[in-house]
Amino acid sequence: MSSDTLAKIPTAADTPEPADAPRIVPQRRYGQWAAAVVVLVLLGLAVNSVLRNKAFQWDVVADYFTTDSVLRGLWLTLWLTAVVMVLGFALGTLLAAFRLSANPVLRAVGWGYVWLFRSIPILVQLLLWFNIGALYPQVLGVKTVDLLSPVAVAIVGLTLHEAAYAAEVVRGGILSVDRGQIEAAQALGLSRWRRWRRIVLPQAMRAIVPPAANMLIGTLKGTSIVSVIAVNDLLFSAQLIYHRTYQVIPLLMVATLWYAVVTSVLGIGQYYVEKHYARGTENAR
Amino acid sequence: MTVMVDIRSVHKSFGALQVLNGIDLQVRAGEVTVVLGPSGSGKSTLLRTINHLEKVDRGRISVDGALVGYRRAGNRLYELPEREVLRRRTRIGFVFQNFHLFPHLTVVENVIEAPVSALKRPRKEAVESAHRLLERVGLADKATAYPRQLSGGQQQRVAIARALALEPRLLLFDEPTSALDPELVGEVLDVIRDLAGQGTTMIVVTHEIAFAREVADTVVFMADGRIVEQGPPGEVLERPRHERTRAFLSKVL
Repeated sequence: MSSDTLAKIPTAADTPEPADAPRIVPQRRYGQWAAAVVVLVLLGLAVNSVLRNKAFQWDVVADYFTTDSVLRGLWLTLWLTAVVMVLGFALGTLLAAFRLSANPVLRAVGWGYVWLFRSIPILVQLLLWFNIGALYPQVLGVKTVDLLSPVAVAIVGLTLHEAAYAAEVVRGGILSVDRGQIEAAQALGLSRWRRWRRIVLPQAMRAIVPPAANMLIGTLKGTSIVSVIAVNDLLFSAQLIYHRTYQVIPLLMVATLWYAVVTSVLGIGQYYVEKHYARGTENAR
Repeated sequence: MTVMVDIRSVHKSFGALQVLNGIDLQVRAGEVTVVLGPSGSGKSTLLRTINHLEKVDRGRISVDGALVGYRRAGNRLYELPEREVLRRRTRIGFVFQNFHLFPHLTVVENVIEAPVSALKRPRKEAVESAHRLLERVGLADKATAYPRQLSGGQQQRVAIARALALEPRLLLFDEPTSALDPELVGEVLDVIRDLAGQGTTMIVVTHEIAFAREVADTVVFMADGRIVEQGPPGEVLERPRHERTRAFLSKVL
């Protein structure tokens, strides 16, 4: 059996450098310095103009930043995003399984779903669900209008839209896993479920997490579209206030700053999730 | 001696390409069979049909008395449900050319995965026997490493330990050293030689003629989906009777 000890080989660090060895001078990059200065100056001018422009009314922003109605709107935005992501990815994973299935009917249905819901603009879809009563006045004896509240319309519409994109993200992740991994798991007698849970999915996650995080952040802000069907999300709450007070810009700033705060927190979360799934790869540690 | 692997007139084609064209082969328990042959001769496909990673078109294969992947009733072979195929596979170890270790699991997790999930062994017990196996392949100190941190030769030795963890009745090696740097081939062959010495039944597809001469009880030479000749290494390698065998050996020796 071979031993894993390596013979000690003298390295460059062991030999003293001769005194007259030429010194290495890195190339001077004056262009980079100039570019950095120009960019910093432009950035400074932009920040200055935003802070000193009275029309932003930063004092009003501060007043409304933690108002009850804004916080209630923020809460709705957060849980709506969470629900849509969870349901969207659950349905998307199922659709990805359809598209990778050996059954041609399931493959076609998966493909058709993704085609349809990527083709319909989300705004159109929300309005269609909102007005579903015009198409189907009654379902099983119940009035459709009573069945779907605006919040329910938001959940259904956003989830169906999200699922089409999630299906492609999950499918791409699964395809990125080497076919040999599945064969090795089959040869070891691992059950179908175990192969999927333990071998394929953890490896697929490396390819799934970055676009999924992108989708999560996109959805967070994308939920603001539900303001068109009068759902009280973060943006709509801000709009309700400025319709009353006419302080349009500062209240848009309130909503924007909250979106930025949540996006930053999610970005930090993404870093740790990616690190977790990078186990055993060159990016680990 | 009892027959461990019994292959009867196996045919297999990929589309129009006939890969296996009537293979008959018996491997006795405790023997080492080395399969040689040019690329595309069907060696790897034959090996893969033995544990049903590849389905046969015609013929049948039984391992340790049980048909692989099928149930016989009258004159028909019914394909078994996957659960049953998986259970039979746990008695056959398979070592791949490219190792196929699970990169997101540590060495010891790779080794215990099948005993714990397929054989329902208690985890603690599986870990203990995994450490014994790793010691046997000379990697006792690498248990917590990830595959990527190991050399190719070390990875292949882990893959062998992973296959052994199921205590298989039969071990199949598909060109186990072909993906290795030349200086790493020896350490993997050492492990396989060691297993052969302990009476493990093995079928090894390889290009290592010297290894075949030393370790094989039977050498099988394949070309164009058929077995051209088989016999003890002294005969097939030193006094080949067929032109195809002679031509092949003169190129690789």
